Amino acid sequence: MALLEIKHLKKYYATQKAVDDISFSIEPGTIFGLLGPNGAGKTTLLRMITGIFYPDQGDIIFEGKKFDPEKDAFRIGYMPEERGLYKKMKIGEQALYLAQLKGMTRAAAMEQIKYWFNKFEMQTWWNKKIEDLSKGMQQKLQFVITVLHQPSLIILDEPFSGLDPVNSNLIKEEIFQLAKSGRTIIFSTHRMEQVEEICDQIILVNKGAKILDGSVNAVKQQYKENLFHIGMASAPPVSESPAFEIAQRGEFELVVKIRTGYSTNDVLQHFIAQQIIVTEFHEMLPSLNTIFIRLVEGTATARQFQPITA
Amino acid sequence: MNKIWLIIKREYLTRVRNKTFLLSTFLTPLIFAGMIGIIVFITVKNKDKESVAVLDNSGVFKKDTDNVKSIKLTLNPAADTSNFEKKGFTAILIAPHTNINQTDAWRLYSRKSFAVSAVGNLEDRVRKGIEDNMLLSQFRISNTNIDSLREASRAVVMEEKRIGTNNQNKNGNSAVAYGVGYGAGFLIYITLFIYGAMVMRGVMEEKTNRIAEVIISSVKPFQLMMGKIIGVGAVGLTQFLLWIVLITVFSSVIGALIPHDVLLQASEANKSMPVGNMQGNEALMGLAKASNELSSVNWLLVAGCFIFYFLFGYLFYAALFAAVGSSVNEDPQDAQSLMFPITMPIILAIVIMVNAITHPDSSLATWSSMIPFFSPIVMMARIPFGVPGTVPYWQLGLSMFLLVLGFLGTTWLSAKIYRTGILLYGKKATWKEMWKWAFRKS
Repeated sequence: MALLEIKHLKKYYATQKAVDDISFSIEPGTIFGLLGPNGAGKTTLLRMITGIFYPDQGDIIFEGKKFDPEKDAFRIGYMPEERGLYKKMKIGEQALYLAQLKGMTRAAAMEQIKYWFNKFEMQTWWNKKIEDLSKGMQQKLQFVITVLHQPSLIILDEPFSGLDPVNSNLIKEEIFQLAKSGRTIIFSTHRMEQVEEICDQIILVNKGAKILDGSVNAVKQQYKENLFHIGMASAPPVSESPAFEIAQRGEFELVVKIRTGYSTNDVLQHFIAQQIIVTEFHEMLPSLNTIFIRLVEGTATARQFQPITA
Repeated sequence: MNKIWLIIKREYLTRVRNKTFLLSTFLTPLIFAGMIGIIVFITVKNKDKESVAVLDNSGVFKKDTDNVKSIKLTLNPAADTSNFEKKGFTAILIAPHTNINQTDAWRLYSRKSFAVSAVGNLEDRVRKGIEDNMLLSQFRISNTNIDSLREASRAVVMEEKRIGTNNQNKNGNSAVAYGVGYGAGFLIYITLFIYGAMVMRGVMEEKTNRIAEVIISSVKPFQLMMGKIIGVGAVGLTQFLLWIVLITVFSSVIGALIPHDVLLQASEANKSMPVGNMQGNEALMGLAKASNELSSVNWLLVAGCFIFYFLFGYLFYAALFAAVGSSVNEDPQDAQSLMFPITMPIILAIVIMVNAITHPDSSLATWSSMIPFFSPIVMMARIPFGVPGTVPYWQLGLSMFLLVLGFLGTTWLSAKIYRTGILLYGKKATWKEMWKWAFRKS
């Protein structure tokens, strides 16, 4: 059973179709990437999933039942892109307050805070105020507050912005751990290399509509261009073959595009027949970044406002 | 419900623990009491400063027995306009030489300008002296007879009686009602501003800190808004109660600190001048009358109404302030311009109140004390004049009912503006947009 199922969700604003008929489902324990250019409707979509906005149409099925923001709020941990904490409030009290707002009892909240503060070596922070923390430290705290109440669905909007590589890795490791323990994570970002590294499944939204859905690998396969990288012991020959065309030429390497109707073995045979030692041969799958740019390219960089007649 | 309670608790505790709150709560009554102390001190100090030499050959000032400590008169000392200062006088009063009953040409010389009250005091004495002389010379009435006549005529007391329902005549107390009404109206006016702005700043803080969205994913925007409004309201009540307690304590401490003979001197200064210093005398009599009549005000009713109008007036406006806070974006300048339509009716209310307090029965006073925008201030000014005398029960009931209704209305409206505004970053909302947020369906 899917943890979260989105069915034909729609949310129209006065001048924009922010979310226009999006459907997808997420299995428990997956790390799910929500991608899209600025203004594609990601935040609106997330706000509907967290119960901040009501959809105009469509259903959200959470843990097999119709999503009820009031009751399900404590099952979801949301770290919005526009995030922050009370500047003047002590960190410990703040964590306790926000955990209690999620519905935890004081004792349970204290226990979890202690666990996470220990884990992230934040024990000495309790009586400090937010304004005393660096941006990276605030980010860490924000992450802890998001997962403190042990939600089954964790939504992270750009969780790594402002983090140094060490702390980035720390959070990344935690995300993997949480997924392994059965939590589901929705991860929204523009940083494609992170998505490739972390996510199992992705969807890409543009102009409020879903334009791509699948596992990272499947998506890459779907958009591959039959490009292969060949490393050789000697300079590559100039000779042509009907099996491929040369896309790029290096000192001891070639990038070739295999023509339809031919296989990788045809290419290898061509070089072997010429007595050339092949040291390396692998398929070049497109990066998500390339796919992203290709799919989104052509749409205006800034989304145009359009009158809605529907 | 549990979540609202958590929010109220946080809003309350963070504010009450704040140093600014502690400072303002403890310093305000201290300053208040200190001011009273200083005023009493200065008044008393000033009074016994003047020492006047009187050159009076015609005999208007016959006896210097009516000397009081505020002005020390010395009859016919060896002083003149050139040397009175050297001899320790602050002024010299020279009577005309020609006629004993001449009323003009009295001259008062002094280096510094004389206090108005002191000049009035001297004038009264001269007048009384001349009057006595005239009565004696023309009607053969001795000074002692005149004094006893004056004493007898002074005993006139006018008691105001108000005709109430059930033929129960109550003691009239317009002076006290005026004071109490004015004070209560003004107090509500100030609190609307102080605590309304506190709510607005709190909302703005949540918006600029970007914590709003984090919290809104746990609680409803309405809960967050109401929690803040109630929390700040509780802070207001706390501050009020503390002020009342502290002002009482400080005032009695200050009262005890002022030496007994100084107070005695101050009151003596007034008492010993039957005709002189009318103003001080009247004030003192008014005070004595007031303290008698304070008991005639229905304090329980006034206090109860005050708390009601304070709370619901605050709630009525706080919701609007919250809506404004949610619609502005970081820039305090924006807040100013959006606040204007809210502060206007409050200021208008105080203008109406000043008028209503002199005519608590007028139609302006009556009708504006029904409208929720003005009723907390205007009605509070009318209530001390008497319920059901000046303010019939139906008016009070209707006013309260409309205020509660108004509070529900502004809260409902503000909640809708707040819900959209709090998550909107990057720009200030226009009135048109806020109107749309408030009245769109869903």
